[in-house]
Amino acid sequence: MSSVPHIPILRHGREYHSLDVNEVPVIGSDRTAVRVSMANSGLVRRDLLEMRQARNVLRDIPTADLIAMARQAGRHFLEDELEIGGVMQGPDDYVRHLSSTSGLPHTLIRMNMKKLGQLFKDMDQVMGGLTRGLDLSVIDRGYGEQGGVPMSFSAVTDSLGVVLPSNSPAVNALWMPSIIMKVPVVLKPGREEPWTPMRVIQAFLKAGAPAEAFSFYPTSHDGAQGIIRRCGRVMVFGDDRTVGQYATDPRVEVHGTGHTKILFGEDKIDDWQSCLDMLVESVSANSGRSCINTSAILVPRHGAEIARALAERLASMQPRAADDPGANLSGFANPAMADYIDGAIDEGLKTPGAVDHSAVVRAGSPRRVERDNMNYLLPTVVEVNGWDHPLANREFLFPFTSVVEMPQAEMLEQIGYTLVGTAITGDKAWITELLDCPDIERLNVGAWPTNRIDWNQPHEGNLFDFLYKRRAIHVQTAA
Amino acid sequence: MSQAVAAPPSSTPSSAAELEGAVARAREALDQHLREILQWHFSPETGCPFWLDWMERAGWDPRQEVRTYDDIHRFDHFQDEWLRDEPNERFVPKAFEGRPFNVFETGGTTGLPKQRVGWDDYKHDYEQFSASLDDEAFPRGGNWIMVGPTGPRRLRLAIEHLANFRGGSCYFIDLDPRWVKKLITKGHYDQAEAYQRHVIDQAVEIIKHRNISCLFTTPKLLEGLAERISIPSQGIRGVFCGGTSMPPQMVRFLVEEVCENQTRFVPTYGNTLMGLAHSKPVTAEEGYSITYYAPQPRAALRIVNPDNTAETVDYDSYGRVELTTLTREFFMPRFLERDEALRCRPYSVDYAWDGVGNVRPFGVMEKKIVEGVY
Repeated sequence: MSSVPHIPILRHGREYHSLDVNEVPVIGSDRTAVRVSMANSGLVRRDLLEMRQARNVLRDIPTADLIAMARQAGRHFLEDELEIGGVMQGPDDYVRHLSSTSGLPHTLIRMNMKKLGQLFKDMDQVMGGLTRGLDLSVIDRGYGEQGGVPMSFSAVTDSLGVVLPSNSPAVNALWMPSIIMKVPVVLKPGREEPWTPMRVIQAFLKAGAPAEAFSFYPTSHDGAQGIIRRCGRVMVFGDDRTVGQYATDPRVEVHGTGHTKILFGEDKIDDWQSCLDMLVESVSANSGRSCINTSAILVPRHGAEIARALAERLASMQPRAADDPGANLSGFANPAMADYIDGAIDEGLKTPGAVDHSAVVRAGSPRRVERDNMNYLLPTVVEVNGWDHPLANREFLFPFTSVVEMPQAEMLEQIGYTLVGTAITGDKAWITELLDCPDIERLNVGAWPTNRIDWNQPHEGNLFDFLYKRRAIHVQTAA
Repeated sequence: MSQAVAAPPSSTPSSAAELEGAVARAREALDQHLREILQWHFSPETGCPFWLDWMERAGWDPRQEVRTYDDIHRFDHFQDEWLRDEPNERFVPKAFEGRPFNVFETGGTTGLPKQRVGWDDYKHDYEQFSASLDDEAFPRGGNWIMVGPTGPRRLRLAIEHLANFRGGSCYFIDLDPRWVKKLITKGHYDQAEAYQRHVIDQAVEIIKHRNISCLFTTPKLLEGLAERISIPSQGIRGVFCGGTSMPPQMVRFLVEEVCENQTRFVPTYGNTLMGLAHSKPVTAEEGYSITYYAPQPRAALRIVNPDNTAETVDYDSYGRVELTTLTREFFMPRFLERDEALRCRPYSVDYAWDGVGNVRPFGVMEKKIVEGVY
């Protein structure tokens, strides 16, 4: 057994080793961390013709059994050695493997691991949240009754295609309930992150889930297009351009930039210092990589003071060794990505009306740094003079936020799409307006960090609504 | 496994001694052929206006200074723009004057395409190629269908001639690659897929309702066809496939799953400017990699250092593909293809010259290229 894993393709659960093998290096070295079998696009397309059979296998398993399997799978995921690409991988190995190809610090990987473990464990509550308390036997039987009303739900697809990113293992949480909903998954992992989806799959399999439910295709852009075109429902992750590309395709749910914000009300702004910990967490948790990290803070006044105080607090986030227990800043495996983001911010700063408070705190030293052959961007807080400034509503894959002064009365007209909005206010009239605001997906009222979410309250789309539709039904019982 | 893949009957590996002798003979034949072709194209009695004028401007006579293929570097690279910018009549050798020519096109997604004039070359090339086909997989008298780019391409007449030469007729389903490239470049994947479906719908109807045993198509269309019908179950015994690069994993998939290890799969590499190269037998044992051999001496391929194209790369190294075409109808020295490939060793007495392996678009490792669209 080689010590370098060779992760295979899974074709309806069957392992397949390709002649096209991608060797993913340990970041900053010539060593191979993992060999990944790459699927040619024709193979992907051909397999997707047969998803109905996989769906039939899952459909015959009671939902309660699948939830029990998920609970057990969670234990396997968190605690057990699982075979990953021909190599037994324990939880610590998983952390090391993922860190070696993605640049994520061990601490953040463990945090994400814990989140996924919790999701496995709480799958019954998650299902309750997603189905709004539906008696799950309705899914098993296809129809039933709840509160005296006939209920029937039918799946709108035989598969859920997911084109995963490389930068955040926790996004795997988004597809996991699909198995409990009896819809097989077709996963295309990110180039540097085959580890998490494969470990989740192996945990499910060890818990007794049917192999047919899992298709796993590391593949090219062309192969990814095959998944996007052929699966009945698809999740993709991308930027605003990707969101625009699929805006009119109801089959595709794009998880893009979140444009998550914190809004201070007139009534609470003078007490901003008591919220500083919350601001720091909202901007920097998970190294600022999530769409639920705050990227803009809107305040009626005290903008400069807030920006400076936040910049000073975030300045303690520095590159550390990947296995340092205090590491909280993720690097970029691809140096071009770090260069691109650094350049985009510098370009934005050329527009008058912006102050880079972090640069002031750093006494002008560079934002982009390297350590252990890894590329980092240091946290950045920019105060801008209006919502029209090019950096006011930008989002980047590291701890970055703008601070913008704006009258409370203008905020809801200006903010636009906001995945998570935390409004720090006790103003009842404004809270009513916030509740009515269609631009905010998840609303927190009070000083609640934007990164803290509940799995049983979907903040971005509802997987059950995405995969199932309700139909009217009448079943004539036999006389 | 390997019974299902390309195996021209005469292309078995040769002993080292046999091969050595064959290589020397092939080289001698190439040099001799080169001299004859230069004599033809640079003589006022037989040559074409384009090359005669070129010689006058260049101030040297290739008939005197290019005596062997090693001297081919005396020519600069042939510029394919000449095939767009020069009137076609300037490429008509004197000996062909008065005989209407065929016009074959290449490229042309935007603007005027490049054009090559011709008369009988495609017949010679495909008759020569026919000899390499196994009658069991491509039965004599069997009908063919071509599914792919027809229109103004040499391939359209060539495949029909191949079918006729082997005693069969040929059906055609056209696909316009220029339109597909435009759709993909603009990100209209749904329209591209709908167009491909339209092409395959037509092909499926013909295959189901006519007696067809041989198929020429492109890799993508072959995959698409096999999503609709079982290729061997429809009576297709041989698939001749080309048009885009075919990495080993794709070939394996085509052989094992699309052709179901039953229908013979014969890949080819060719274009309007060269003709078609023959493939060394493709086997599972050799990892389904494809090595092509040019139809020497009518065309010769060289793998060159892209930064210094006078230099041939070492065996088993990647370089850019350089093509020299040497027929009485068309002379084209040192044309740099838009492909890169591995330089491979001579294989057998029948292919006793360098081969090109793992052909892929030039620069594919560095940049995004719209390729394999049909």
